[in-house]
Amino acid sequence: MDFGLTEQQEILRRSAREFLEAECPTSLVRETEESADGHSSDLWRKMAGLGWLGIALPEMYGGTGGSLTDQIVLFEEIGRALAPGPMLTSSVLAAQIVLNSGNDSQKESLLSGIISGDLVLTLARGDKLETASVGGGITLSGDSAFVPHAGLANTMICATRPAIGAWPDTTLVLVDAAAEGVLKTPMESIANYPQHLVEFDDVALSTEAMLGEIAEGRQALDQAIQRATVVQCAETLGRAQKVLEMVVEYAGHRVAFGRPIGTFQAVQHRCADLKVAIDSGRMLTYQAAWKVDQDLPAGDEVAMAKAQAGTLSRTATEAGHTIFAGISFTTEHDMQLYSARAKIAEANLGDTGYHLDQLASGMEI
Amino acid sequence: MDFNFTTEQNEFREELREFLRAEVPLEKQEVFGSLTEEDYQFGREINRKLAERNWLAIGWPEEHGGGGKGPIEQGILNEDLGYWRVPKSGSIGLGIVGPAIMVFGTQDQKDRYLGPIARGEIEYCQGFSEPNVGSDLGSLELRAERDGDEYVLNGAKMFTSYAFKADYMYLLARTDPQAQKHRGISLFIADLKTPGISLSPLPYINGEMAAQTNFDNVRLPLSCLIGEENRGWYHAMTTLDYERSGLWRYANVRRVFDDFVDFCQDSAPDGGQPLAEHPLVRHQLAERRLGMETWKLLSWNVAWMQSSGAVPNAEASVSFLFGSEERLRFAEMAMEVLGPYSTLRHGSPMAPLLGNIEGIHREAMHLHGAGTTEIHRNIIAQRGLGMPR
Repeated sequence: MDFGLTEQQEILRRSAREFLEAECPTSLVRETEESADGHSSDLWRKMAGLGWLGIALPEMYGGTGGSLTDQIVLFEEIGRALAPGPMLTSSVLAAQIVLNSGNDSQKESLLSGIISGDLVLTLARGDKLETASVGGGITLSGDSAFVPHAGLANTMICATRPAIGAWPDTTLVLVDAAAEGVLKTPMESIANYPQHLVEFDDVALSTEAMLGEIAEGRQALDQAIQRATVVQCAETLGRAQKVLEMVVEYAGHRVAFGRPIGTFQAVQHRCADLKVAIDSGRMLTYQAAWKVDQDLPAGDEVAMAKAQAGTLSRTATEAGHTIFAGISFTTEHDMQLYSARAKIAEANLGDTGYHLDQLASGMEI
Repeated sequence: MDFNFTTEQNEFREELREFLRAEVPLEKQEVFGSLTEEDYQFGREINRKLAERNWLAIGWPEEHGGGGKGPIEQGILNEDLGYWRVPKSGSIGLGIVGPAIMVFGTQDQKDRYLGPIARGEIEYCQGFSEPNVGSDLGSLELRAERDGDEYVLNGAKMFTSYAFKADYMYLLARTDPQAQKHRGISLFIADLKTPGISLSPLPYINGEMAAQTNFDNVRLPLSCLIGEENRGWYHAMTTLDYERSGLWRYANVRRVFDDFVDFCQDSAPDGGQPLAEHPLVRHQLAERRLGMETWKLLSWNVAWMQSSGAVPNAEASVSFLFGSEERLRFAEMAMEVLGPYSTLRHGSPMAPLLGNIEGIHREAMHLHGAGTTEIHRNIIAQRGLGMPR
């Protein structure tokens, strides 16, 4: 039993924090929020240069071959810094689907592109996407909402309902984002988070566009979602930890009634409750990552981590807006950057209610 | 990160479980809120059998009669004893008094006190709280005055759990009323048979009989002082950190939770579909499953810190606070799900789970042990987060 980080992980944590403090101040976060694609290509290139996009991908494609645990150490820092961009979407979710289901040439071209940052992939799913074999090829039809970073992505992985085989069997296909018949409509979202409604109007695909076999994509998709869910928990954890540090620091010097508000137990106890939630989230998230790294069944552990991450987000948001009070209701204050992104993260990859339901199924109730 | 035990630790756990399966049949397992003298004596007997295998004080050094292992093995033992609902005994001696004597005791004190604790022969109670002193323990008033080669104690201790079962009391008393409050306190071990000690019964809502312990010119020899005179506060606080994981308490509740999940899957007290098939119940069971997992991990985090040589402080408060509140959340949830059946006590043939739910709800009112939940929040904020006092 060892709940500590390795020396290498400690170094990664420190260097990631230093880099992001220098390269991703909240002024950049705000600038990116106002940009059309919610992306900073400069930061993206630098993060790719540090090897962050391939941290848990095989060395043969240019990755560093690290564990999911290594990756979540990094993502705690990403969350802490509110670093924008399709890190989670492209380098975790899409990359893992390709790794799990692609053939050698797909892996070679797509993974090396994802890792270098030259390619951005996203995932479109939902039971309204359908593929059918037509002649020597495939047609894709239907629509998918909440596709993250669709405006930026070069390629979309579509998790579709196959015309043969019983739903929820899944056929995974690769679609060029610029292909004819692909219509992307931005969905105006919290913090201008770039997500789109994507419609596919009988898009013609060659059989080379298939990732894996027809109707056999479910496992590859689920495994990728499981890892991405753990990563999303780590990102939430880092953001909550930063909120705690911000409120503790503020309460230490903000004076009311002749004393720092941090001396009031009403304020202290709110901070203590957030600390309990963070410690809980850390144990649950690292346990889930460890299980995945050990190739052990991790369904319950991942569900517990994400269910808790939702409540952790809310606890952090409430503590932040209560203790900062009036000033945090203004856009000039950074707290709203944290609470807005907390809501995106909470809804992403299943919220607390969804994961409690998964957990109940795991408990066979 | 590694969430596994070592092979050796797993082997120990398997051996321990084999022992528990053989020695602790279901009918001997404690029901929350209805501990009898017979149950307690059964717990003592189990402790003596554990001691014969060198397991009872498994985390103590061998030179003091222990098993020579560490906090992880101690955690494994406590978790399983709790899960098997073995009535608790000896825990103050094993977890608090023994470690204090190892660090601050004289050779004579070590020789005299440690062996009997490790062998499960002696029961201790703790004398910290007083009728006027609780959370602000540093203000305690029980007086110990030096008189030749004796101390003379006058005052009272309150909420003395195990008072009627214990042989000795481990207590704090004021030896220098002029000194600043934490600097005038000393640590003693008092034989409860000493003339002048009397017990006023104080029944607890969980069915235990505790006491107010009165000291009327109680004369203790100098050899009863543990450590340095007037350093008792610091000695006591240091050794309170010895066993902080709380795994016993967690597992005790976890067992009832697991039984409750089974019950909800199988039973429909009012006929119709099993309780767990109600969407609201299903959701609540999953919520508490998450709470139990969190409690377990926070508890093991404390044990792990201790095994790595760190001294958990705010971390122990995080675990303790979470546990106290999770126990209450579970009790309230189970009471709600069972409706009027939840009010049936042990002994009623219609009481679900032998009345454990009604009992655990009373036990869950124990929100103050080792500090109230609000004191733990203060500790987390001030010591853990460095917030100003």
